[in-house]
Amino acid sequence: MAVQKLPIAKAINESLRKALETDPKVLIMGEDVGKLGGVFRVTDGLQKDFGEDRVIDTPLAESGIIGTAIGLALRGYRPVAEIQFDGFVFPAYDQIVTQLAKMHARALGKIKLPVVIRIPYGGGIGAVEHHSESPEALFAHVAGLKIVSPSNASDAYWMMQQAIQSDDPVIFFEPKRRYWDKGEVNAEAIPGPLHGARVAREGTDLTLAAYGPMVKVCLEAAAAAEEEGKSLEVVDLRSMSPIDFDTIQTSVEKTRRLVVVHEAPVFFGSGAEIAARLTERCFYHLEAPVLRVGGYHAPYPPARLEDEYLPGLDRVLDAVDRSLAY
Amino acid sequence: MTVESTAARKPRRSSGTKRASAKRTPQPQSSEPQLVQLLSPEGERVEHPDYGIDLTPEELRGLYRDMVLTRRFDAEATALQRQGELGLWASLLGQEAAQIGSGRALRDDDYVFPTYREHGVAWCRGVDPTNLLGMFRGVNHGGWDPNSNNFHLYTIVIGSQTLHATGYAMGVAKDGADSAVIAYFGDGASSQGDVAESFTFAAVYNAPVVFFCQNNQWAISEPTEKQTRVPLYQRAQGYGFPGVRVDGNDVLACLAVTRSALERARRGEGPTLVEAFTYRMGAHTTSDDPTKYRRDEEREAWEAKDPILRLRRYLEREGHADEAFFTALDEESETLGKRVREVVRAMPDPDPMAIFDHVYADGHALVDEERAQFAAYQASFEDTQSGSAGEGK
Repeated sequence: MAVQKLPIAKAINESLRKALETDPKVLIMGEDVGKLGGVFRVTDGLQKDFGEDRVIDTPLAESGIIGTAIGLALRGYRPVAEIQFDGFVFPAYDQIVTQLAKMHARALGKIKLPVVIRIPYGGGIGAVEHHSESPEALFAHVAGLKIVSPSNASDAYWMMQQAIQSDDPVIFFEPKRRYWDKGEVNAEAIPGPLHGARVAREGTDLTLAAYGPMVKVCLEAAAAAEEEGKSLEVVDLRSMSPIDFDTIQTSVEKTRRLVVVHEAPVFFGSGAEIAARLTERCFYHLEAPVLRVGGYHAPYPPARLEDEYLPGLDRVLDAVDRSLAY
Repeated sequence: MTVESTAARKPRRSSGTKRASAKRTPQPQSSEPQLVQLLSPEGERVEHPDYGIDLTPEELRGLYRDMVLTRRFDAEATALQRQGELGLWASLLGQEAAQIGSGRALRDDDYVFPTYREHGVAWCRGVDPTNLLGMFRGVNHGGWDPNSNNFHLYTIVIGSQTLHATGYAMGVAKDGADSAVIAYFGDGASSQGDVAESFTFAAVYNAPVVFFCQNNQWAISEPTEKQTRVPLYQRAQGYGFPGVRVDGNDVLACLAVTRSALERARRGEGPTLVEAFTYRMGAHTTSDDPTKYRRDEEREAWEAKDPILRLRRYLEREGHADEAFFTALDEESETLGKRVREVVRAMPDPDPMAIFDHVYADGHALVDEERAQFAAYQASFEDTQSGSAGEGK
């Protein structure tokens, strides 16, 4: 495969396949990842080609999945563990926070924990409770973890390659409602750094910063704003830990306005961190306070209400208008 | 030493065949379930139908020496806490046989996942005891290289390490190696979900791991009755692997039972749960006050089963050790205590910049930024204080 147009799910699948082919220490593990190929078919066909020893259907026990992945990493393996849905990660939260994140430091660097945790996250697919959440801030707060989320097929492919090669634990949040969005993947390209942000659309009047599923919404908002004569720049953060603040800063020093967009609740969310940091860095450049658009401080609502809960085009443009009105 | 593979398949409660009880071993507590014992509290060698052991006098003296030195080290650490040199200490007093017996059953290529109390196992692995003290002094969180002695870092969160051990054992099996893995945990940890999940994973993947539970009767202030309604070793049955209860104050029995379980793992027959029935003679840690929740009589009853005393009685009875041996060992103990004392007192506080070391293996932009900020902040004090010699910050 040189240049191919692939949906995000298939791009991840191809990336996992390449990793399994090139490094015998790479393992895939999780619930239903084998015969079924995962509930979203992201691991489709991998067990058939690489066997049950490398693509492992696990018991339904998330703490067990991450805890044993840690043990396998200590033995020299590079496990890629799937948590089936965002809302199911919490039984594993203890292992991730108290063990996976801290073990390298605990050993004063003498051991490494190259574990990737894949988590399909976010809403927009009409699911039942616990299947639509965005818990990235709960992990970004923990030192020792790296948090990334691709917004398109090319990033999905390359960021997965880089996450697996990383000697640090990486939580790979996959925007599940974008799994079927197609994009060009060049498997021979030279990718940018895993934790670098990317200017997805250039503009001059205001910066929209987003990641994962919200990048598409922001690009649509920028296109709609253009018709009204407003020029919006869209920064795809790609990484929530670390965050590439330099790229946001460069953008905001140009546009002087910033709106951060994510599905996760606004309160104590990544937007708060970005607002604080960018205010510190760009205080004299800002024409308006940094605004945030995101989920409300309420449990993720039943599916019939999720369009109201999730930031859409109109809510993003509403925030853009408020920022421009300062 | 040979052990039938079926040996550990307990309990034998089914009616009819009362084979085991018909044999010679009298059980020490009639109300308690089967307990593998090879050395009575009086120091008499007893036979067990399933577990035998044949050690040379030198090996027996070696086990005795291990236990005595471990106890001496432990006592020194407790004293160092009392003197303010350590912030905390978790004493293993009373559990020497369980730890030395199981620890000496291991091969070099086996891998150990300890709790925070396995000082005796660390000793068997060749970890310098002073390395264990850094975390209790507060100069690091562990810091030894787990791979240099196949002895993982102490894990403080109860039960978490049983999953790491299981995953590691799954890796051993994938590698086609015949090493085994041992996971230590306690009666309190047996209630943790992670321990239950590790049993499930180990059973499903037939992982070469031995779950070594030191049931020391107390999880801080909670007795074992608050953790379980059945003897802990019986839990293994529900997962489909053998469980065995061993006299945790009998170093010979602990060695024999652990060896058998490790051999079983090496043969590809999967996990075993060993419940070492023992007693925490001291407090949970130096911050604990056992007088609030348990009676002296209980401790006194266990004192009579002391693991070191019973082996000494046996050595003396059999003429395997003379007075010169015991005297030399006393001197070696004092030398160890002195060395531990000196090393701990000389242990420097880490450089403040160490806060930012090893957070990530591949670096992290925020950590770099905060490191630079903190360095500049520290340097600002040096500027203002130049000239005022010797003052702390």
